[in-house]
Amino acid sequence: MDLLDKFDATVALRASLPFENADPFKVVMQEIISETEAIIDGRHTILAGTNNYMGMTFNEDALAAAKKAIDDFGTGTTGSRVLNGTYNGHKALEATIADFYGMEHCMVFSTGYQANLGMISALGGKDDFVIIDADSHASIYDGCSMGNATIVRFKHNDVENMERRLKRLPEGAGKLLVVEGIYSMLGDAAPLKELLEVGKKYGCMTLVDEAHSMGFCGENGRGVAEQLGVEHLVDFYVGTFSKSVGTIGGFAVSNHPKFDVLRFVTRPYIFTASLPPSVVASATASIEAIKRSGNRRAHLWENARQLHAGLKKAGFDLATPEAQSPIIAVHLPDAMVGTRFWETLLLEGVYANMAAPPATPAGMFLMRVSVCAQHTSEQIDEIIKRFTITANKVGLELKP
Amino acid sequence: MASTQTLEKIYDLIAPLNKRGIELTPETTFAAGLQLDSLTVMDLVAEIEDEFDIVLPLNLLPNLETIEDVANAVEKIVSEGN
Ligand SMILES: Cc1ncc(COP(=O)(O)O)c(C=O)c1O
Repeated sequence: MDLLDKFDATVALRASLPFENADPFKVVMQEIISETEAIIDGRHTILAGTNNYMGMTFNEDALAAAKKAIDDFGTGTTGSRVLNGTYNGHKALEATIADFYGMEHCMVFSTGYQANLGMISALGGKDDFVIIDADSHASIYDGCSMGNATIVRFKHNDVENMERRLKRLPEGAGKLLVVEGIYSMLGDAAPLKELLEVGKKYGCMTLVDEAHSMGFCGENGRGVAEQLGVEHLVDFYVGTFSKSVGTIGGFAVSNHPKFDVLRFVTRPYIFTASLPPSVVASATASIEAIKRSGNRRAHLWENARQLHAGLKKAGFDLATPEAQSPIIAVHLPDAMVGTRFWETLLLEGVYANMAAPPATPAGMFLMRVSVCAQHTSEQIDEIIKRFTITANKVGLELKP
Repeated sequence: MASTQTLEKIYDLIAPLNKRGIELTPETTFAAGLQLDSLTVMDLVAEIEDEFDIVLPLNLLPNLETIEDVANAVEKIVSEGN
């Protein structure tokens, strides 16, 4: 029996999409010109589908720190954090993040995916309950599958639906409520104040994943919990370096006095190699830079609002009533239009993300645009203009 | 064996989702029989939870293939809760 036969339906689905000139799963960035531009297939393209929200990938301090770390410490650690893979740099990075969040403890993981896997599977034990939003990122679902807790799911951002479920759980049981600050497909913010208050009322410990909100939400860029003034209700934050921080890696922070024991019981922390010194050094420099980036944050929000307003005015069907994050998503009617729109837009010189089920909620097809603090307002106008041209070319009806 | 009463309640919840008009029996399966996609299943699970005032954990779902599987699981959870 061929073990790959079970994927035939997936192959057929992929083959049924009418891509002619480009394939969204096979895009190659030939040259990166800047944070906001690349050469794709020989074409000069505006990047509007990265997670480089704060534009830190070419930050001068981060570049210099990474180069120095390579020279001083080499290309990799060749070991786990709990063996030979913890260098001074890893400890300094953990101190920098703890300070950024104003918390006591931090653990750096090799990716944000692993941070969620590790935290959720370690915290949720056999007799515990993990309560998650239905639209949670795959890393949260996978953390649930990896652990032994009972998993309870509530309707996306629905406080009342969550409370009804919390009410049914045994009073004294261990409970971990896991939510995100910004949800990455629609770019919508969570009502964290209400969610966390109700969670606390029912005795939950809380974990907030600020992957898509760190850097620009809240006065210091800690995320949506800071923005909404509810940081005191957060027991654990999870975050990533792969978005605003502009490199790769993940972390968890907490004030819990017993936090450090997690280093010895969290398998995705232990059984993998630690981040290379250059990545650690650039993450540290980038987070330091983000702390001082008030103007950049302000410009990012201006870009997000300009794009949202422009696309709305042009008559696109937007996923959120206003810009709640730098992720601005546009609804498309079906896979056919979605595919042709994405392809035509790319040929017009704009790279955005086509988001389709199962990554999207409720079977939606979306063109997901994410803006960068380094986009100029002229580039944002250009994105809006090319969206409109593309809509006309593919026959998408606009309702200005 | 689940009671007729439990089965009937579940049939009522499935009825509006049963777009193909498949006959509902204890042996009817959700994926092959009713051809419900995972999102519809999710809504259905939420409705069953609310109807019986229980939590139907996500971890159980892969083992629940037929309507009777669900009815049995529901009754087990209801009886454990009392
Ligand atoms: C909400 C959320 N959590 C975690 C991650 C994982 O981040 P990383 O790229 O560091 O693995 C992502 C990124 O895709 C995410 O969207």
